[in-house]
This record gives sequence, structure tokens and C-alpha cells, in this order.
Amino acid sequence: MSRQSNRSTDTKKMNSELFTLTYGALVTQLCKDYENDEEVNKQLEKMGYNIGVRLIEDFLARSSVGRCQDFRETADVIAKVAFKMYLGITPSVTNWSPAGDEFSLILESNPLVDFVELPDNHSTLIYSNLLCGVLRGALEMVQMAVDVRFAQDTLRGDNVTEIRMKFIKRIEENLPAGDE
Amino acid sequence: MADDVLFEFLHMEMVSHVYKEQASREDIDKERVTCVSTLEGMGFRVGQGLIERFTKDCPTFKDDLDIMKFLCKDFWTGIFRKQVDNLRTNHQGTYVLQDNKFTLLTQVSSGKQHLEEAPKYLAYSCGLIRGALSNLGLESVVTAEVSLMPSCEYLL
Repeated sequence: MSRQSNRSTDTKKMNSELFTLTYGALVTQLCKDYENDEEVNKQLEKMGYNIGVRLIEDFLARSSVGRCQDFRETADVIAKVAFKMYLGITPSVTNWSPAGDEFSLILESNPLVDFVELPDNHSTLIYSNLLCGVLRGALEMVQMAVDVRFAQDTLRGDNVTEIRMKFIKRIEENLPAGDE
Repeated sequence: MADDVLFEFLHMEMVSHVYKEQASREDIDKERVTCVSTLEGMGFRVGQGLIERFTKDCPTFKDDLDIMKFLCKDFWTGIFRKQVDNLRTNHQGTYVLQDNKFTLLTQVSSGKQHLEEAPKYLAYSCGLIRGALSNLGLESVVTAEVSLMPSCEYLL
């Protein structure tokens, strides 16, 4: 039973499908556990946050990217390096606000939603909300407080998936208070 | 193509979430069993789906042993990026798969006190295997044991 088919791409594909299917099973389980979509969205974001704070270390170790000078650079690194490394896609960075503190990531395709369809009774579910949490958690670990949310979602009928990221403030290192 | 490490992170987070959820509800002992079965159930459905996609183009398997060999080599490699280290059987329907460096356990530090926690991490994989086998036509019971981190054994 010889198979010349590229074994390595098969296994990579399987691994990515494993991730997608696991995520799907997770969302299904959460929908069962919680009555409303809002709760599920919140849980997904929280879980994403926990993953993000650990993922950033893995990212920094593997990508040898230095400290970003400003938010624009951060945006580029997220889109061109991080997304590429972890999800194999390169979203485009657009819609910068005039103040330069807010931008959009446009994803042509979203690996998380392969094989997924939202049933009608879950129209307010933000299926990929885990991503928002991951981004928020990861950036918090590099001293940036950001607000991340989905502006458009292909699962809900939009043409593309758009994630809007807004810089809130730089987090100061918390030094222990010196006074009595 | 999602990166492998994402699955490991997601899995760890899933395990801790399921347990946190149950801890905030009533009875501890009952919940421990439910947690494991929740994780196992998720693994089951995912395993079924995965095996379908993976064996779309493969010729049918000759017998059980063939299925087991496929499981140990291709399926395991696809998911955990390595092959099973050891496969034993009593030729009467019981198989033992041993993996000496199980990917999902390497992140958990080795030490006696963590041995108790290990089954949580294995529940999902047990489900994966059971689901895969069920879609290949085999009814099975899968249990896992950890004697020495990070190796683990699966009994089918």
C-alpha cells in the first residue's frame, strides 16, 4: 500500500483540520453550556485572552522580532508575521483612523470557519471571538492595552472578515508602591 | 494552515475551562467524571470527522491489525507529529499503544503530583481515537494510563 502523495502536506493539513474541528467542538460545547450567545462570546474572548498571554512568548521566541516602535509597526508585525506563522494567512492592514490609533485587519479567509455554518438561532454569535481575546492577551503582555472586535464576519453574511483594533494606552510596568 | 502549537494551547485552555466551569457548580466528585466525559465526547466527534477526511483516498483496510497500524503511523503522525513508539497486542482484541513523548503532556512538568492531573489531558485524545475507530467500523473502549511523564499508554 504505497502512497506517493505528499505525506508532509497531508499531515500539515490534518493538523490544521484538527485545530479547526477542535475549535468547532469547543464552540458547540460552549453553546450547550450557556444559554445565550453573549455569554459564549465572552467566554471565547476570555479563553482567547488566556491563550494569547502564553502565545506571545512562543511568538517572540520563534520570530526574533524586536520591540515595535509604534502602533503601525505593531499592526504590520501582527498581520505579516504573526498571522502568517500561526494561521498561514496574511490579512491586510487598512482603514487607519486619522489619529493613527485604530486600524482594521481584513481577512480574505478564516481557517477557523472551514466547514462551519451558523444556524439561525445563533445569529449574534461571534464564532471567531477567540481571535480577539488572543490578540488582546498577547498585546497586553507587551505593554499595550487594546480593544479588539469583529467589524465584519463572513459567517454572518459579510464578504470579508474584518477585525478592528484600537489602541487604548501603553501599560506602565507596575512597580510595587514604595510608601507606607 | 493552522500551526501545530495552536492546537496544544487550545487544548490546554479547553481542559482548564471545562474544569473551572464544573468547579463553580455543585458536587466535586460527580463533576470530575462529567468533565472527563465532556472532553472525551468532544474528542470523539472530532476523531470521527478527522478520520473521514484523512482516509478519503485510502484503500480499505484488510483487518483490525491493519487499522491499528494505520492508527499508529499515519493518524498519530498527522495529529501529534510522531508515530506511536510501541504497539502490543494479545491478538484477542486488546491493543496497547505506547507513546513515550506524548505531545500534549510534554508541556506539563513531570513530577508525582502532576500524575493525577494527567488524565484530564488524555481524555480528549481518548475520544479522538475512539471516534476514529468508530468511523472505521470498530467499536472500542479506550483508556489511557500515565506511569511516567511524558509517556502514556492507550488501551483499546
